[in-house]
Amino acid sequence: MRRKDASVPTGALPTARWRPLEIAFWLVPIAAYFLFPRYLTLASQIFIAGLFALSLDLILGYARIISLGHAAFFGIGAYTAGLLAKHGWGEPISGLAAAAATAAAVGLLTSFLVVRGQDLTRLMVTLGIGLMLYEAANQASSITGGVDGLSGVQMNKLFGLFAFGLNGKTAYWYCLGILFIVFCFARTLVRSPFGLSLRGIREGERRMPAIGVSVQRKLIAIYTVGAAIAGIAGALLAQTTQFVGIDSLGFPRSAELMIMLVIGGTGYLYGALVGAATFMLLQDYLSNLSAVYWQFWLGLLLVLLVLFARGGLIGGTLGLRRRLMGKRV
Amino acid sequence: MIGNLIGVLFDGVAYGSLLFIISIGLSVTMGLMNFVNLAHGAFAMLGGYVCVVLMTRLGVPFLASLPVAFAAAALAGAVLERTLYRRLYRATHLDQVLFSIGLVFMSMAGATYVFGSQQQPVQLPELLRGQVHVLGLDLGSYRLFLIAVVIAVTLALHWLIERTRFGASIRASVDNQQASAGLGINVFRVFSLTFALGSGLAGLGGGLGIDVLGLDPTFPLKYMVYFLLVVAVGGAGTIKGPLIAAILLGVFDVAGKYYVPQIGSFIIYFVMVIMLLVFPRGLVGRRA
Repeated sequence: MRRKDASVPTGALPTARWRPLEIAFWLVPIAAYFLFPRYLTLASQIFIAGLFALSLDLILGYARIISLGHAAFFGIGAYTAGLLAKHGWGEPISGLAAAAATAAAVGLLTSFLVVRGQDLTRLMVTLGIGLMLYEAANQASSITGGVDGLSGVQMNKLFGLFAFGLNGKTAYWYCLGILFIVFCFARTLVRSPFGLSLRGIREGERRMPAIGVSVQRKLIAIYTVGAAIAGIAGALLAQTTQFVGIDSLGFPRSAELMIMLVIGGTGYLYGALVGAATFMLLQDYLSNLSAVYWQFWLGLLLVLLVLFARGGLIGGTLGLRRRLMGKRV
Repeated sequence: MIGNLIGVLFDGVAYGSLLFIISIGLSVTMGLMNFVNLAHGAFAMLGGYVCVVLMTRLGVPFLASLPVAFAAAALAGAVLERTLYRRLYRATHLDQVLFSIGLVFMSMAGATYVFGSQQQPVQLPELLRGQVHVLGLDLGSYRLFLIAVVIAVTLALHWLIERTRFGASIRASVDNQQASAGLGINVFRVFSLTFALGSGLAGLGGGLGIDVLGLDPTFPLKYMVYFLLVVAVGGAGTIKGPLIAAILLGVFDVAGKYYVPQIGSFIIYFVMVIMLLVFPRGLVGRRA
């Protein structure tokens, strides 16, 4: 009912009801399981990337914090889950929880540094924290395996029933399930009063204190949540591939993450998922042709997106639809 | 021990000078147009490759190739500023970051395609090789040369900005863009010229730096943090700030890698985060 009310700007006071399009969206991966059984591993990677992009969307799309070091939390989650499993704690769900908690703790600690200052300072501080963690993981090679990566990760069966086999079926449903649960959480979060006040901060940071909102505290909260979700994504990667590479902490991963999100469109949640899927499929296709060309096309895509298609795929589609609807009326 | 310390300090200052000459253009871009340009290192890389091509394929001596590197990078900067950068002055910082990361990726892929992924060699002239003895110390002649070039460039820049009419318009535009435009200064033209000058200096630095920083297609990404650091720590829109920051950064980096190699570049990032928190507007903050 409320959706039809013309006086409500789109998305300002949305109902929690699932629209048909959203339900259709979530049926796609289920259909894909039966249609493309040979691509289950790639699909799991897409879910993980989607979850990771979702975590960045919360802090970038909803709170406008530009982070160039978000891979730090992904890496922390991956190393936490990987190290736990390597040293005997192979239960997947509690491993995820531990990874989320560790990433959230580091996120909370660093958030005090990040929320101060303006864009450039935030950019540099997040970049610096990411690089510091990378160096730390690189130097502590006796624990992390350094450049060679952390191998020997042994996972127990999921719920004691489903083994993580080579066919990737368990990993597929596991990643999809976790992605869906976290997505529902994020969807509820951005539609809550807390989410609306984040949007208020995004649109006018100076005015929010005037209506009694503590900007700092909200930003710290969302940054911590984003870190925790990134940690879960990292843990999923460690658990399903049973390996943690040091590149999971590196700057290129943070940059690629940002690209995924921008391809899809920031601030829609679904943009993160669409962008991650588009990015991973393109990467799979183009980097088979040549790794160098892939980087070139990626750069060109970014430049074109910024110049001509702000808002990404979702934003562009919505804009197009709005224009078509407008013409009809 | 003392000789050692002075040697490290000297190397650090030379390294810092190089960082300064590459980063000064970025300081102007960020200070004047509030543009976050992560692709600044690509202009330095271009200058480096121009030097290499001139030296190895055409047999041009090293010193003669440097002005060409400057000119080529300045030209590329002017063209890109006119065609692409200008459209994004009013865009959000996020758009600028993404756009310039895109340029970095393209430049890296382009350099790999044309030159391959290996390190490029540099043939320094006889005069600049080896060491000279000054007051009982062995100092690398090339590093002395670097410091001399940077002193010359800094003096020239100082003269340009403080003593010429063009410099006055730069200062006016940095301080207050709208008022300057109101006084009849063509702010966009000032910015085009300074962008070209800054890119040219980056290209010169890239050529000078082949021997110290190395040159391969990952150059723009590898040193991106350093260039940003110089500007963010020093304070955008000034000359003095980045100069101090670059020298500090150079000394800390060289000293850290020399005395405590096990933690390597960790020191730099740590110092940077602390500096940014203590001086959010940079060491030499511009008057608001």
